[in-house]
Amino acid sequence: MTNVLAVAEHRRGDLRDVSYEAITAGRELADEAGGELHVAVISGDTDEFAERLNREGVDRVHTVDYGEEFNHDVYHQAVTQLFDAVDAGYLLTPNSVNALDYVPAAANALDLPVVTDVIDLDGGDESLVATREMYGSKVETTTELDTGRAAVTIRGGEWPATEDGGDAAVESFDADIDESAVRSTVTGFEEAGGGDVDISDADVLVSVGRGIEEEENLDLIFDLADALDATVSSSRPIVDNDWLPANRQVGQSGKVVTPDVYIAIGISGAVQHVAGMKGSDTIIAINTDPNAPIFDLADYGVVDDLFDVVPALIEEFGG
Amino acid sequence: MKVLVTVKEVAEVQDDFEIEGTEIGSQYLDYDLNEWDDYAIEEGVQISENVDDVEVVTVTIGPERSDETIRMALAKGADRAVRVWDEALAEADLLDVGAKVQLLRAVVEEEEPDLILSGVQAGDDAFGATGVALADAIDFEWAAVVNHLDFDADESVAHVHRELEGGVDEVTDVETPAVLTIQTGINEPRYASLRGIRQAQSKEIAPMDLDDLGLSPADVESDLALTGMYEPETESDATYFEGSPEEEASQLGDVLREKGVSQ
Repeated sequence: MTNVLAVAEHRRGDLRDVSYEAITAGRELADEAGGELHVAVISGDTDEFAERLNREGVDRVHTVDYGEEFNHDVYHQAVTQLFDAVDAGYLLTPNSVNALDYVPAAANALDLPVVTDVIDLDGGDESLVATREMYGSKVETTTELDTGRAAVTIRGGEWPATEDGGDAAVESFDADIDESAVRSTVTGFEEAGGGDVDISDADVLVSVGRGIEEEENLDLIFDLADALDATVSSSRPIVDNDWLPANRQVGQSGKVVTPDVYIAIGISGAVQHVAGMKGSDTIIAINTDPNAPIFDLADYGVVDDLFDVVPALIEEFGG
Repeated sequence: MKVLVTVKEVAEVQDDFEIEGTEIGSQYLDYDLNEWDDYAIEEGVQISENVDDVEVVTVTIGPERSDETIRMALAKGADRAVRVWDEALAEADLLDVGAKVQLLRAVVEEEEPDLILSGVQAGDDAFGATGVALADAIDFEWAAVVNHLDFDADESVAHVHRELEGGVDEVTDVETPAVLTIQTGINEPRYASLRGIRQAQSKEIAPMDLDDLGLSPADVESDLALTGMYEPETESDATYFEGSPEEEASQLGDVLREKGVSQ
């Protein structure tokens, strides 16, 4: 019998939806392990958050009323103390940027093996099988743990959110936060800037990825966008190279877009990119690699060299 | 002052490949410097250029083959390298986060760096957890997914931006010594100059095995076992257009016009 501690996530006053996915995955794991699901919410308006987190399958919600925003030193201390207090064997959180900023440290302190970005879980009583991707989504792997204890972070969108209300007891947990161990100070937030184009407003996006190879080849993409009366967006590597400003980036760390038509050119479709464009009405992919994950999502596909197809397409539209 | 940069040589998989057991056949793999580490090296080298008396040391867990990748880091400006490998590590199909932390902790105890830079994740196993776990193990402060770094050596503070989801950065002051995991795009990694490549030939790559680090094979045994590897089932129900580029473009054109594009 192993209890599960799931930790919710919030930012600037709002709970993030991945918290409810962690409840679903946490309940499944608790059922397999024959234990209880404890949910923790740390910092911010914990009373309000606790009310929202009180959903079906949650046995107990623990609030740690300390500070406003995420601070990894506070989370580290609160989670390690709470993990022991509720006699948990599994720590389960969303695989978010903030989780990756405290879960590995807490896992080390608790002597838990850590397995991140998990897309499926099986078992949990004696052995836990976690499915994850490797080599940039080219393969899936199963990894097995027979420790009966682990820290697990789950990929967003792989488990449904738990929607129905629950009847868990809500308890305030009096964490003993050692201020001298808080050696990072969050001083604010900044929005990624650059340019005045709003890609989330566009009806048609011509989106370019690593396959474009060189900065000067971007002209081809802008020519196509002109011919189609569309807006140019991109995947991460283009912005990392400073070929386009950050406000053109589609994906997890960029913008979420839902245009009528999304044309992905030379974009393989890594999960971080897909998170930003999967809601597009019609998706067209042009890529040389027939196994590129972007084709799993595409309504229309062309497996060919973009440097042949795009000029032909510009021609087709009289460019 | 010393900056330690973790450098991993990662396997990249070709478009067509076959899985043999829980591995990809070596003929389908190309080895390269981990993309994230390239940015971490650049950040370390920039600190050494801007602050007096900084030594940049790289540490790699990997077989002798990795020396080629390590030389690349040295050619870009790192001063010397440590490479950890052991028969006991070669036998494992997976080094999990805990095992890597044990190895890196031992290196940190030898080197006593003031700042550790690692990539956010490795392109192959993509755990994205080693740097932060290491920080806890060596009692350093840390920050994950850093896309802007301004290191104040006099005040022992790293002013960082952490790249959160949705185009928002968290602005944070981190006391050093610290481990910072570096995100792609934080800088523009330099290409090695010919002079750098020549100089790298005479820089030290110190090999270390478990004995040298005072560790036993049991210390670095992974809790995680790799039990299966398979190609994801393709869920594609896309309509594919084939033919010459002109024919493909013409069919795509029909779809686009049907959707009201450019009308």
